[in-house]
Amino acid sequence: MIHSLFLINHSGDIFLEKHWKSVISRSVCDYFFEAREKAVDPENVPPVLQTPHHYLISIYRGKLFFLSVIQTEVAPLFVIEFLHRVADTIQDYFGECSEGIIKDNIVTVYELLEEMLDNGFPLATESNVLKEMIRPPTILRSVVNTLTGSSNVGDTLPTGQLSNVPWRRAGVKYTNNEAYFDVIEEIDAILDKSGTTVFAEIQGVIEACVRLTGMPDLTLSFMNPRLLDDVSFHPCVRFKRWESERVLSFIPPDGNFTLMNYHVSSQNLVAIPVYVKQSISFFETGPCGRLDITIGPKQTMGKTVENMMVTIHMPKAVLNANLTATQGTYTYDLTTKVLVWDIGKLNPQKLPNLRGSLSTQVGVPKPEDNPSLNIDLKIQQLAISGLKVSRLDMYGEKYKPFKGVKYLTKAGKFQVKMLCTAHFSTNWRSEYI
Amino acid sequence: MTDSKYFTTTKKGEIFELKAELNSDKKEKKKEAVKKVIASMTVGKDVSALFPDVVNCMQTDNLELKKLVYLYLMNYAKSQPDMAIMAVNTFVKDCEDPNPLIRALAVRTMGCIRVDKITEYLCEPLRKCLKDEDPYVRKTAAVCVAKLHDINAQLVEDQGFLDTLKDLISDSNPMVVANAVAALSEIAESHPNSNLLDLNPQTINKLLTALNECTEWGQIFILDCLANYTPRDDRESQSICERVTPRLSHANSAVVLSAVKVLMKFMEMLPKDLDYYGTLLKKLAPPLVTLLSAEPELQYVALRNINLIVQRRPEILKHEMKVFFVKYNDPIYVKLEKLDIMIRLASQANIAQVLAELKEYATEVDVDFVRKAVRAIGRCAIKVEQSAERCVSTLLDLIQTKVNYVVQEAIVVIKDIFRKYPNKYESVIATLCENLDSLDEPEARAAMIWIVGEYAERIDNADELLESFLEGFHDESTQVQLQLLTAIVKLFLKKPTETQELVQQVLSLATQDSDNPDLRDRGYIYWRLLSTDPVAAKEVVLAEKPLISEETDLIEPTLLEELICHIGTLASVYHKPPSAFVEGSRGVQHKRLPGSAGSGESVDSPDTVSAAGVSEAPPAVIPSQGDLLGDLLNLDLTPPTTSGPPPVPSSGMQMGAMDLLGGGLDSLMGDESEPPPIPLRTDTPQSPQLSHQSPSPPDYSPTELGGDLGGSPAMGAAFGAPPAVMPASFSAPVSGGLDDLFDLGGGVGMPMGAYSPPKTIWLPAMKAKGLEISGTFARRAGVIQMEMTLTNKAMSVMTDFAIQFNRNSFGLAPAGPLQVLTPLSPNQTIEVALPLSTVGPVMKMEPLSNLQVAVKNNIDVFYFSCQYPISMLFVEDGKMERQVFLATWKDIPNDNEAQFQIKDCHLNSDAASNKLQGSNVFTIAKRTVEGQDMLYQSMKLTNGIWVLAELRVQAGNPNYTISLKCRAPEVSQCVFQSYEAILKN
Repeated sequence: MIHSLFLINHSGDIFLEKHWKSVISRSVCDYFFEAREKAVDPENVPPVLQTPHHYLISIYRGKLFFLSVIQTEVAPLFVIEFLHRVADTIQDYFGECSEGIIKDNIVTVYELLEEMLDNGFPLATESNVLKEMIRPPTILRSVVNTLTGSSNVGDTLPTGQLSNVPWRRAGVKYTNNEAYFDVIEEIDAILDKSGTTVFAEIQGVIEACVRLTGMPDLTLSFMNPRLLDDVSFHPCVRFKRWESERVLSFIPPDGNFTLMNYHVSSQNLVAIPVYVKQSISFFETGPCGRLDITIGPKQTMGKTVENMMVTIHMPKAVLNANLTATQGTYTYDLTTKVLVWDIGKLNPQKLPNLRGSLSTQVGVPKPEDNPSLNIDLKIQQLAISGLKVSRLDMYGEKYKPFKGVKYLTKAGKFQVKMLCTAHFSTNWRSEYI
Repeated sequence: MTDSKYFTTTKKGEIFELKAELNSDKKEKKKEAVKKVIASMTVGKDVSALFPDVVNCMQTDNLELKKLVYLYLMNYAKSQPDMAIMAVNTFVKDCEDPNPLIRALAVRTMGCIRVDKITEYLCEPLRKCLKDEDPYVRKTAAVCVAKLHDINAQLVEDQGFLDTLKDLISDSNPMVVANAVAALSEIAESHPNSNLLDLNPQTINKLLTALNECTEWGQIFILDCLANYTPRDDRESQSICERVTPRLSHANSAVVLSAVKVLMKFMEMLPKDLDYYGTLLKKLAPPLVTLLSAEPELQYVALRNINLIVQRRPEILKHEMKVFFVKYNDPIYVKLEKLDIMIRLASQANIAQVLAELKEYATEVDVDFVRKAVRAIGRCAIKVEQSAERCVSTLLDLIQTKVNYVVQEAIVVIKDIFRKYPNKYESVIATLCENLDSLDEPEARAAMIWIVGEYAERIDNADELLESFLEGFHDESTQVQLQLLTAIVKLFLKKPTETQELVQQVLSLATQDSDNPDLRDRGYIYWRLLSTDPVAAKEVVLAEKPLISEETDLIEPTLLEELICHIGTLASVYHKPPSAFVEGSRGVQHKRLPGSAGSGESVDSPDTVSAAGVSEAPPAVIPSQGDLLGDLLNLDLTPPTTSGPPPVPSSGMQMGAMDLLGGGLDSLMGDESEPPPIPLRTDTPQSPQLSHQSPSPPDYSPTELGGDLGGSPAMGAAFGAPPAVMPASFSAPVSGGLDDLFDLGGGVGMPMGAYSPPKTIWLPAMKAKGLEISGTFARRAGVIQMEMTLTNKAMSVMTDFAIQFNRNSFGLAPAGPLQVLTPLSPNQTIEVALPLSTVGPVMKMEPLSNLQVAVKNNIDVFYFSCQYPISMLFVEDGKMERQVFLATWKDIPNDNEAQFQIKDCHLNSDAASNKLQGSNVFTIAKRTVEGQDMLYQSMKLTNGIWVLAELRVQAGNPNYTISLKCRAPEVSQCVFQSYEAILKN
């Protein structure tokens, strides 16, 4: 099982270590640093590394590496899931997961780690349970603690630990009872040069924020549950009822949690909200090329596309860009060769366009690598798959809760392959210039 | 108000300051001080000097302070064992505390203090806690048993904690059950044979019930434990599958993958025609796809596992190709894995899309990825025949980019395409040749050279091209050198007139100027082949090569089965069985998939692929990409099995060969004072050197070949030599020069040829009125010989010898009369070789290889019985095609499989393979798995019975394991004995 954990920052310093069995020397991390060096980008460090006596399993989150040391055969997914859970918990407790925040709360983090794992076995990873044992810091509490000398460690057994609903603590009380659900969908797509969809799918998630008194038993039903054929649920969801009635029936954890993840991969259901007309060309003679991109709305179900942003990784040979945007602003990072065009709201009447010339290195005939174009966008009040919540019912408690559902569509890994042409004849060139 | 304040230091010295604060009267100050200590500890500062002061703070009502002190204790107790004892009392007291949280905390912390003295005090509190009324305490205590076992295993066993732990599997609380399972699993890992997790239908039922109610982590432990269970029948298997399936929708990907493991394993038991089987297959796809939308690290592990699943059951994901398309911002390790799976899923239906994607990838930035993409295009061509043309043109387009590493990679794969579709795409050779100068990687150079050699007759300037490589021969890597040697020999055989000089040059470079034994050996083989029998040389070197199979890197079936049982583990990430690399897993049991019910198919056969209902042809087991080139070269040396080379080349032939080489060879070896160092065994008949030294041509007549090619007959005369002197026992005709050469390929100085046991006394003189017969059996040039030594120990002369056999198992019978022509006078000994046929009357003997013989002379008739090694019956054409082998292996029922151990054999697998080959045991394929070489071998008996063998050789382990499969299992025992005899001889 998980033997030790090292937290390592961006520049390669170990700033926290925790051992759940015997102490393992920090030098074990040298193997990791070696791999880190080799990988160039931190994202490319292989997650599982073999060293003569240990295995190193790591994740990269918030510019930090969470590196665990393993000595026996163990499921790597188990470890990776756990490491992500550690990062989630830190995020949940302190609002962000960064070196600064961890250092500021190092003792609490250490106590948390001790609570989360025992002898390498996960002990308490539910945020509800943890929060009962180790209370998250709030300004009020720290003031009270200093005054009264009380601590932020709970001294009673967390109620959720052993009940049939380990995710929920008992005796929850609110004056305002509310339940909010956010249906968030991300479009992952690859479009080819001509704009046809090579691959598209939707990653959906329903995030919930439930603050309800007592032990409410909720039932969430959908207008069109048939859309969902590939789902994964929070442990609170009763799978049997989903199987038979296609409704989500559950006793919710208290506070924020992810109710379900789903996945829509059937091509015909994945609407592509924007289209891109793009061309990028380079001329054999003369150090220049041209870029021309226009973006317009496609299937947006009448909603407005916001936060539109285009990121292009330019070929190495492109030295600089001199462009004009009809809407928004653009920046070109000379070192990373990344062109970012921040468009903002997409106006269907006046399509945004970015065009101009690119200066390339002299003597390099044609860039070897094709640039690709990544798109970011947001559409409020729309789940692009068409998923709609029809109703939420509550049983087991008498009061009337306040309920709300929000929809949001975002671009996930949305990528358009660019048409990169090289013009060899001078005729072409004269036509362009 | 953050913890960073704990890091500020004062001038006086941190430790000093802390000490004072720890001993403060104020609780709050104490706590702050302990926090500072902990903060220093977490960043790796040594604060062990404060041990006594911190331990003093332990007795407190403040739970946070207590926990903090415990944290400190766990870290430093080991370094201060005597001081740690001070804490024991508090622990013992806390274990009695009314608050279960404190009881659990105490027992948990005690387990973490890895000090022997403390563990002694731990036993009693632990025993109590294991039976505590509060499940939270019980579940903590369960884990504590595992901790204690890690520190002192004997103590745990002596105290009976293991039994208590087993009882906890039946606990009413699911969390306790899960932790007990987790603890037992961990303990069982270091006790592979203890029956700790005794799984029976009752416990399985309890586990399945607990599965639904425990936490996600508990579910993982339970599922992993379930995976070790073997259901009694398909109904039980189905019911477990049904109860596990809901786990596929869990948000925790580790739960999902563990569930997939259980299902993949138990599915084996389900009859294929069952509706449920199909439903289950369908249910497996979506969760696997979902895993790919998780964080990249999770994706990586998932992809490594999907790679296994796709090989085992391609039908699950065959429609999901698109999810494996690479995204621009995937980390490189994910990209490479996705590519691998794309190839595995490529089929005629989706090939167009796949190719379009691959072409796209080949223009990306990352070199490793681009290389793999190019390679993938080649693999597509080999896998999907219909796409070959398109693949080749794509590769040509890529070569036009002139990007150096793309070109080299493309050439390597085009070579593979030529191997799969010979004589189909030669038109591209011209383009390839244009890029000759840019190749700087050995693999690409070797591939290019292979192509030139293979198509030498169609490349006008092939000799120039090869010559250009020859200039820097000694600077090339071995791979290139070997390939160059072979290619030039091919060229010579195809265009003998123009290339004599070239071939002599390369032979001389390889044999005289090289230190590499492989290269030298191969050089000598070619040299002697060319000099003895050019016709045979042509047949051998230019033999039609078997087409390469579509999948070059499939995991070997037995290993795949084992890995499927380890889905989700490190083993599945490394694609190696856990025993190969996990430290501390002493003697991990090899897990096997259960056999399918319904069909009576075997459980242990390495070909349960068939059980999986895969309708495609079974994948051939051939070495991975890296070995492929080596393989190609080896293949060149393998004799064509159907048209065997002439067994005994006439000496006239040899002369022809010498003619062919003309004077060039003269300069190579003519200088007697400085003979080339030929490390051959002394009894090789056709060593050019030997023949040169005994220039007595027996029947000098230039053959057609010699005449046709027109060399210098005078030289031929000098070289035409009779076989060299034979050792006394070699009374049989000399085995063919070719056979001999092949033996040489194996290793230098090793006794080769068919194994023949030493002579033993069959008939003692006492029993036969003075006639003593000792003898043995041998197979010489395809003829079984009974070689006997007759000694006359009587006083009178013996004459009129005759011999007769009783009916025997393989119909052995004398092929002619016993040739004792002269009378045997007293004290005279004579050697007789009796050729045997296998067409005599057949009767099954006991033991099988028993032979009853009657020998008659002028005095009396004597009877004796002897046993012949069954290897005498292995015929020369006993080499099976790979495909046929696989099919046959599968076809033979498993009951016919016999397994034996060969002890104390110190050969490596190659030497073993060569030795066996000498006795007509042919190695068809070799795989190396976890340091273990698996040789797949076939042999055929004279009566047409095929015997298939799988020989496992582990480096450093003198014990081999051999599995034999044969339709007539009775012969297995004899075959095994022969194996042993051959290998140990």
